Amino acid sequence: MRFQLIGVNHNTAPVEVRERLSIPESRLPEACKRLTEHPGIEEGMILSTCNRVEILANTKNGAPADLRGFLQNYFHLDAAELERHLYEYTEQEAVRHLFRVAASLDSMVVGEPQILGQVKEAYATARAVGAVRAQLDQLVTRAFAVAKRVRTETAVGSSSVSIASVAVDLAKKIFGNLAGKQVYLVGAGKMSELAARHLMAHGCASIFVANRTYDRAVSLAYKFKGQAIHFEDLHHTCDRADIVITSTGAPHAIFRREHGEIFLARRRNRPMFFIDIAVPRDVDPAMNKLDGIFVYDIDDLQQAVASHVADRRKEAERAEAIVTVEVERFQARIQTLDVVPTIVSLQDHLETIRQAEIDRVRGRLGRMTPDQEMAVEALTRGIVNKIMHTPISTLKSAARDPEATTVIDLVRRLFNLQEKGVAKAGDSGESN
Amino acid sequence: MCLGRRLLNYTMAIFWLRVALALYGVGLLYALVALTRTSDLFNRVALHAAYLGMMFHLVSLTEGVLLTGHVTMAMVHNSESLLAFLIMAVFMITYLMYQTTSPGIIVFPIVFLLTFMAATRQQPFLLMSPGMRTSWLIAHISLIFTGYAALVLSFCASLLYLIQQHSLKTKRASGILSRLPALEDIDQIGYRSLLIGFPFMTLGLVAGSVVAESTYGRVDFQDPKILLSLLMWAVYLVMVYTRWIAGWRGRKAAVLASVAFAAAVVAWAANYFSTIHRFASS
Repeated sequence: MRFQLIGVNHNTAPVEVRERLSIPESRLPEACKRLTEHPGIEEGMILSTCNRVEILANTKNGAPADLRGFLQNYFHLDAAELERHLYEYTEQEAVRHLFRVAASLDSMVVGEPQILGQVKEAYATARAVGAVRAQLDQLVTRAFAVAKRVRTETAVGSSSVSIASVAVDLAKKIFGNLAGKQVYLVGAGKMSELAARHLMAHGCASIFVANRTYDRAVSLAYKFKGQAIHFEDLHHTCDRADIVITSTGAPHAIFRREHGEIFLARRRNRPMFFIDIAVPRDVDPAMNKLDGIFVYDIDDLQQAVASHVADRRKEAERAEAIVTVEVERFQARIQTLDVVPTIVSLQDHLETIRQAEIDRVRGRLGRMTPDQEMAVEALTRGIVNKIMHTPISTLKSAARDPEATTVIDLVRRLFNLQEKGVAKAGDSGESN
Repeated sequence: MCLGRRLLNYTMAIFWLRVALALYGVGLLYALVALTRTSDLFNRVALHAAYLGMMFHLVSLTEGVLLTGHVTMAMVHNSESLLAFLIMAVFMITYLMYQTTSPGIIVFPIVFLLTFMAATRQQPFLLMSPGMRTSWLIAHISLIFTGYAALVLSFCASLLYLIQQHSLKTKRASGILSRLPALEDIDQIGYRSLLIGFPFMTLGLVAGSVVAESTYGRVDFQDPKILLSLLMWAVYLVMVYTRWIAGWRGRKAAVLASVAFAAAVVAWAANYFSTIHRFASS
């Protein structure tokens, strides 16, 4: 077997190229089928997301397959134009690449969780049409296990790296469950809307919107299915909200310490979270000194994002180390799998010869005493074992060697084991 | 012969208690380590050690009961041990409800200290006035102790609340701080244990006064233990009240909780110099 992978991703190809290579979900099963029909390919899988298109194959008889040819045929593309953006890996490097992709180490935002799900879908699709069978199955399921290991043993995917998700994290740190929490959106802006949308997605119940221009508030409220409030009523109504997102263009703070004291008294000291995205700031920093009011301005949020990004980079290094170990482990495993059936059939082969020879001479030897019977048995067994010893130990040590396949081939040819060996290899592959 | 067996049993009870102590020690270690760094594995190990510890602890307590043949006597003799067990139980219930071991940072040292006191005590000390109404006494002790356990947890929660609030305000969260439960969850843990503990404490004190009435004919308010217990109850009451009416939490609530906790510790320690409530042999 021989793994081979070809593809483009966000690093190697601009979106114009990626979109031309992407395969919509509906056409994926058919594409997988065509991939397996391509000459030299035993099994295949296609991963097509917005950031990458990759074709993974297990080639026939360990010979390289023309995956570029498949791409050209399938997409009717010019080879030279494509070539600049393509990367291709084989064997160990293909395994490593797949592991890294599944573990989200090759993603644009390292550690983002979607990619694993996308690989799983690609796998399910290919499997459903029979394009993924024994060996590729082992490889891909191993990739899932590696991804899981990376996720549990490192913190590569655990921190938020966008302002909106940091805001959600902080809200969760304060309120625990966000279900039923009220959000107040003061002013408008892309980032504040995004934060509000994130909060709603995490269970916040309803939203109030206040804006200097009431019409704008109404249209925003409509968008969020919330309630528009006149700007003059802001301070009377604000205590109803647990989370306040402000981004007005006001030159001075619109929320000051005395407002905070009033809010707290009305809320019977239940905590309040102010997300101040405006510059100049809408919330007086003195508010943060009040027990139960938490104010985060744009710098605080950006700092959190930056430190999370740095953390991720550190964790990614640890994740790479895990991947390296796992690649080696996987290689060792498939190579031993390669060797085992050959050893078994070699043993079978010599045992058959031994039995046949004993049966052949038994007539000539006449009746033997049990002692003699045992002596013949021991003698023949001894000879066979001595002969087999070297080839078996050579095979076993070859299993750890990249040149394993040549040794296996040689042994098979020497003892004429070809057919049996291949059949067994297939069996053991499937049962594993 | 009978004495010999009793001694053996006593040794066994202490032995199990020491096993429990060792296991709580793992928890203690967790609490210390957790301050600087976090480890999921250690978290789980500590939790399982705590489970096991509780099991041995229960065995020890049961043996204590078998040994004296009286629930009351056993309770009095093993008061620290019993309290430690109840605190662990409350901690575990909190864990099951909120999936957090954070209170462990404070709970484990307290439990370890209490168990340590119980496990290293040399002599089983005795002393009960004959003619005490045992069922009332059992009620008194178990209610008060449950109250104590809840109070300890509520105290832990208010400290955690302060820590979490501080980390949110200074906008730095790392290590264990990033693992603390959400502020409102901590708040709920504290408030609920307060609400549950208070009636226990109140009824326990009532039961205590019934015992005192029936034994001595009166309640001696001059006694330091009783005085301190009443003080503790009063602070407890103020805590419940301010929380109920004004929603006090954070710093103010933590100050009150610390006062109540300090009063509780002193009231507990007062056993050793109270004239009527003494169960230590002089």
